[in-house]
Amino acid sequence: MSAGELRVEAKVENLPAVIEFATETLTDACPMKERMHIELVTEEIFVNIASYAYAEPGGDVVIRRSGGEGAEGLSLTFIDGGVPYDPLQRPDPDLTLSAEDRPIGGLGVFLVKKIVNEAHYEYKDGKNILTVRKFIGTGNGKK
Amino acid sequence: MEIKKEQNGTSLTMFLSGRLDTVAAVDFEKELDASLSDVTSLILDCTDLTYVASSGLRTFLMAQKRMNKQGSMTMRHVQDAVMEVLSMTGFDDLLSIEK
Repeated sequence: MSAGELRVEAKVENLPAVIEFATETLTDACPMKERMHIELVTEEIFVNIASYAYAEPGGDVVIRRSGGEGAEGLSLTFIDGGVPYDPLQRPDPDLTLSAEDRPIGGLGVFLVKKIVNEAHYEYKDGKNILTVRKFIGTGNGKK
Repeated sequence: MEIKKEQNGTSLTMFLSGRLDTVAAVDFEKELDASLSDVTSLILDCTDLTYVASSGLRTFLMAQKRMNKQGSMTMRHVQDAVMEVLSMTGFDDLLSIEK
């Protein structure tokens, strides 16, 4: 049974619990590199929500997990009731800029887009709903 | 993440081990702020660093910018998993990494 749901407060200190939830159904057959990719994607999305979605006093994030190492891939859906924001629309950083000119933001979403096979955002019933899917161990994973 | 330091005059080596995630990046930044005032050579030994997120990349970049002004910074023994994240973001061109 790989499907599951976790509801936590959108706070950075909940990051370990969220990463644990996202990866808990992965088996030893999952390559370390892909496990790390799932952790990284989960961290970047969750931390973005924890940092920007809510004004005080904050709110919750619901994370839904389905699939896994099979043909359907692992799907993670992040749902928050914060300000409407589609992270996928954020322009990619200019990788040619020098250290001095490199803006400090935008890297997390960029990493997510590089790593996952599919990403989809919608705003529905007052909720931001971001779903990402990553194929694991199928040889067609993106770098 | 654990940080061990070895200082020799104005040369400082920081041994980073474990996961440089968003929470650890805050501590790492504080440690850098507290440690770099008279340092002209900073070495970040990444032998045991297994994971880095974008917050960690930003901290590396801040350290690199600061050390560009007051000396030099070199990252060494960067593991594949960390190197991949540096490459994906073009940070392998921004940071001095000993191959």
